[in-house]
Amino acid sequence: MPEAFIYDALRSPRGRGRPDGSLHEVTAVRLSALMLDAMLARNGLPGDAVEDVIWGNVTQVGEQGGCLARTAVLASGLSEAVPGLSVNRFCASGLEAVNLAAAQVRGGAGEGFIAGGVEMMSRVPMGSDGAAVAVDPAVTFRHPFVPQGIAADLIATLHGFARDDVDAFAVESQARAARAWAEGRFARSIVPVTDVNGLPILARDEHLRPGTDMQALGALAPAFRELGETMPGFDAVALMRYPQLERIAHVHHAGNSSGIVDGAAAVLVGSAAFGARHGLTPRARIVATARVGSEPTIMLTGPVPATERVLAAAGMQVSDIDLFEVNEAFAAVVLRFLQAFGVDPARVNPNGGAIALGHPLGATGAMLIGTLLDEMERTGRATGLVTLCVASGMGAATIIERV
Amino acid sequence: MPDFRAETEDGIRLIVWDVPGRSLNVMGLAGLAELEALIDAALADPAVTGIVLTSAKADFAGGMDLAVLAGMQAQGAAGIFEGLMRMHALLRRIERAGMDPKTRKGGKPVVAALPGTAAGIGLELALACHRIIAADAPQARIGLPEIKVGLFPGAGGTTRLSRKLGAMAAAPVLLEGKMLRPVEARDLGVIDEVVAPEALLARAKDWVRGATDADLVKPWDAKGWRMPGGAPYTPEGFMTFVGASAMVNGRTQGLYPAARALLSAVYEGALVPFDTALKIEARHFTSVLTDPTAGAMIRTLFLNKEAQEKGAARPRAEPDRKVARLGVIGAGMMGAGIARVAAEAGIAVALLDATPEAAGRGRAGIAAALEAEVARGRLAADRRDATLAAIAAGADHAALAGCDLVIEAVFEDPAIKAEVLARAAAAAPGAVIATNTSTLPVTSLAAATGRPGDFVGIHFFSPVDRMALVEVIRGQGTGDRAVATALDFVRQLRKTPVVVNDARFFYANRCIIPYVNEGIRLLAEGAGAALVENAAKALGMPLGPLQLTDETSIDLGLKIATATRAALGDAYPDQAVEAVLVWLAEQGRLGRKAGAGFYDYDARGRRTGLWPGLAARFPGPGPGVAAAKERLLLIQVLEAIRAREAGVLTDPAAGDVAAILGWGFAPWSGGPFSWVDRVGAAAALDRARRLEAACGPRFAPPALLAGMAARGATFYPPAAA
Repeated sequence: MPEAFIYDALRSPRGRGRPDGSLHEVTAVRLSALMLDAMLARNGLPGDAVEDVIWGNVTQVGEQGGCLARTAVLASGLSEAVPGLSVNRFCASGLEAVNLAAAQVRGGAGEGFIAGGVEMMSRVPMGSDGAAVAVDPAVTFRHPFVPQGIAADLIATLHGFARDDVDAFAVESQARAARAWAEGRFARSIVPVTDVNGLPILARDEHLRPGTDMQALGALAPAFRELGETMPGFDAVALMRYPQLERIAHVHHAGNSSGIVDGAAAVLVGSAAFGARHGLTPRARIVATARVGSEPTIMLTGPVPATERVLAAAGMQVSDIDLFEVNEAFAAVVLRFLQAFGVDPARVNPNGGAIALGHPLGATGAMLIGTLLDEMERTGRATGLVTLCVASGMGAATIIERV
Repeated sequence: MPDFRAETEDGIRLIVWDVPGRSLNVMGLAGLAELEALIDAALADPAVTGIVLTSAKADFAGGMDLAVLAGMQAQGAAGIFEGLMRMHALLRRIERAGMDPKTRKGGKPVVAALPGTAAGIGLELALACHRIIAADAPQARIGLPEIKVGLFPGAGGTTRLSRKLGAMAAAPVLLEGKMLRPVEARDLGVIDEVVAPEALLARAKDWVRGATDADLVKPWDAKGWRMPGGAPYTPEGFMTFVGASAMVNGRTQGLYPAARALLSAVYEGALVPFDTALKIEARHFTSVLTDPTAGAMIRTLFLNKEAQEKGAARPRAEPDRKVARLGVIGAGMMGAGIARVAAEAGIAVALLDATPEAAGRGRAGIAAALEAEVARGRLAADRRDATLAAIAAGADHAALAGCDLVIEAVFEDPAIKAEVLARAAAAAPGAVIATNTSTLPVTSLAAATGRPGDFVGIHFFSPVDRMALVEVIRGQGTGDRAVATALDFVRQLRKTPVVVNDARFFYANRCIIPYVNEGIRLLAEGAGAALVENAAKALGMPLGPLQLTDETSIDLGLKIATATRAALGDAYPDQAVEAVLVWLAEQGRLGRKAGAGFYDYDARGRRTGLWPGLAARFPGPGPGVAAAKERLLLIQVLEAIRAREAGVLTDPAAGDVAAILGWGFAPWSGGPFSWVDRVGAAAALDRARRLEAACGPRFAPPALLAGMAARGATFYPPAAA
């Protein structure tokens, strides 16, 4: 079976996901095409070098609808002979794109792929594509739906994370991200966004709030208490699934949850033959991939079973992994991961995460691959694991190893 | 004689609903066919310019004839669906009223003129008309109460009302079955107009004369229609529908198929054109009608509840025993409550206590409660005055002379009660004498009256004004006149009586005490207090056992435990429960009244949460939620069966009605006996035996259940199950 290697990984900076965010003026198609063109340029690839572009994207309506992957190919320097596949596994879409590419390389269904994703959350609002999982009684009465923030609060309640715990985690995320930027740790991956004239638009992540402290976060009101306890009362359906609880402690707010941002990322995945043909040196091998379904009401507990599954697939122990990237959808998600595996917090998200940097839904999984790989190279570590929680009760994970 | 008749005045066809031999119109199959023919004839007759649909009775209509529903059920899914689609076709014909389908012109205006109450199909029919005009009759109520008996509006009412008002605004009517006064119905937009009763027909005809083609086009038939409040996948509608699912599922604990089906009909219907939405509504209604929940709920909460109220257990030979004058002895909470509901029913009440002051305090309490109702706008001032005027408070037993019925509601002490009863029997020689005891055997008190034949138990539940059930207890010597008087009295109060034979704790309390005890046992075993309460709610119980104990007070629980221990001696099985109660009582945690019990309370007496001391005292792990639910359910069911076996209940139907009305037993089930029939006696027996093996003899199945399982028998005749 051919091995799947990572030859390159890059990403855009993340713009604040609001109308005053720097990337708000950029279309999803253009930001995607910029990533594809940068990938060709950095690696000296011809336009027809890859078999397919697999592009993660969650809110597939409007400019992100109609198979954005194909549209991005057509807007880029890639040959029209390269097709394009949009994929949606919610927050793990970007990672799923990488995993699908790896699987096809290993299965012999193509030698080289660009995998990645994009989400312009300031332009195509999250949720604007509808979601029957939240409204169709045929599903909601079998599997009660609660908003993600309430699911995160439920995780915190079940596993004993108090408000101070989640806030302290957020403070650390901000500090780590600020240090990473100050030391230029993202330099290899970042592709500055420019306009049609080559004029700069954004070269740095702009969601960070360096210097955030416990006092600042302590002043924020819980964001999901009203929805949970009063109108329409989501806590009641959550407790139908978790009857051991009397109530849910609402601890999450904007300051300890992932940021809403615009951004894109791409990973070049290929076989050994692909690298040889194009004169590329592999940076890492994709060791194993996993995806799981988990209890859908609490929704965000996928990282633990996904990690167990990917470790089993790789024949590894958690102690075999040097570094982890666990998407900071909400502070409690990562705290639960730390609690479940007992790993050293210093080895998890060493350069901060989505709480500080933002979480461009469809792109984040691919971004985390690049962030992990850069850090493994910087610190000389051999193995790394990426995992994300996924809406509707799913999870995904990938293990990579430097070569 | 037909259900509908037609007459024509000035070119307007009046179709008058007047079902012979009934005080209230209900829709039957024959009526439906008549209506269909009359509508078709009116639409076809060139001399007719419009139609007014009304009733010759005080009310418009009460709903569907339940015999029709039963007939539909017997036909199976395909037959039900077909019948519903025929109904939809008729209502749709009224709605389109002969207009050109393309231009939507040329239709004849159809007005529903409601003289009074319009419920169920009565309102669904009106909703298909082009205008609904209601008379401002004081007793009139307008709404769709189907959900309360496990159904939902299935003759287009769900689709039409959700489109007329939007999902959010229609929710109180569709999901809660709220019945509205005509003015409220108009303000909400359910109906269009309210007029003085005498102006009803004239106004309806006026509207017919003035109606234009555009007036006949329903909003959902007009081009560019959008659902008010937003369809599911619109920015304004999405959160409404997300919230609706959570709210309905949370409130019903997912136990009521009708609530989910209703919501599905609204949600799926909102995504398609009107006629397709009707078809979807019919499919979901069919699924509800074929589910055992609806059948069980209709049987218990409608048919058998009504049967009890109409005197199913009343001695037939007894003449009318209505009470004109009532004596109540004991002006505490129960006595005052009984005096109040009797006075509200127009009965003259002599309210006695040991001193005029004590009796006066009881009456003052009633006055304050009524005043609060007036302040909330729920009671008219003149009704309050009439109620208070009917209550004479005092200490003189001479006031009992001329009473038809005297009820004692004094302290639960046999000696005190005996003395009070003897004096009452002497002071009111012609009266039936009753006790409101909840713990003492009625037969044991009878002798004190000197005339046991006139003595009966009338057991009200607390709070008297809100609890619908009254247990009428036939002691060993109780005569038919006493039972008939008690039943007629309860009927005057518009409450629901069940007749039970005399035994310790009668029926309802006999079953609720083991439920509460089982909850306390689960807590003591480390199940976790929240899990115990949530398991009870997941069964459909209105209150968890721990909250219920707090409400009734820990010391009452202890008192019952002590009395039970005294009665049973060495066989006393509830030490584990008693230990928990004693432990709480020692710390002054006596329940809500003490501001501390299983729960903590704030200064205003509101529950703030379960007392953390419980988790410290009873750490887990203990039984899980599935085990907790099973135990809480079976402990009640088995006790109900034992009550039947012991002859306390003579009729499972009464036992089911009393279970739901008396202690809120899982209404979705139709009651404990309906539940056994639903799962089958053999399955119930098997589940009891498993629990007996795991938990002990309190789950030992009664011989009655074992016998039924062996014979494959049911509590209800199979055809009606």
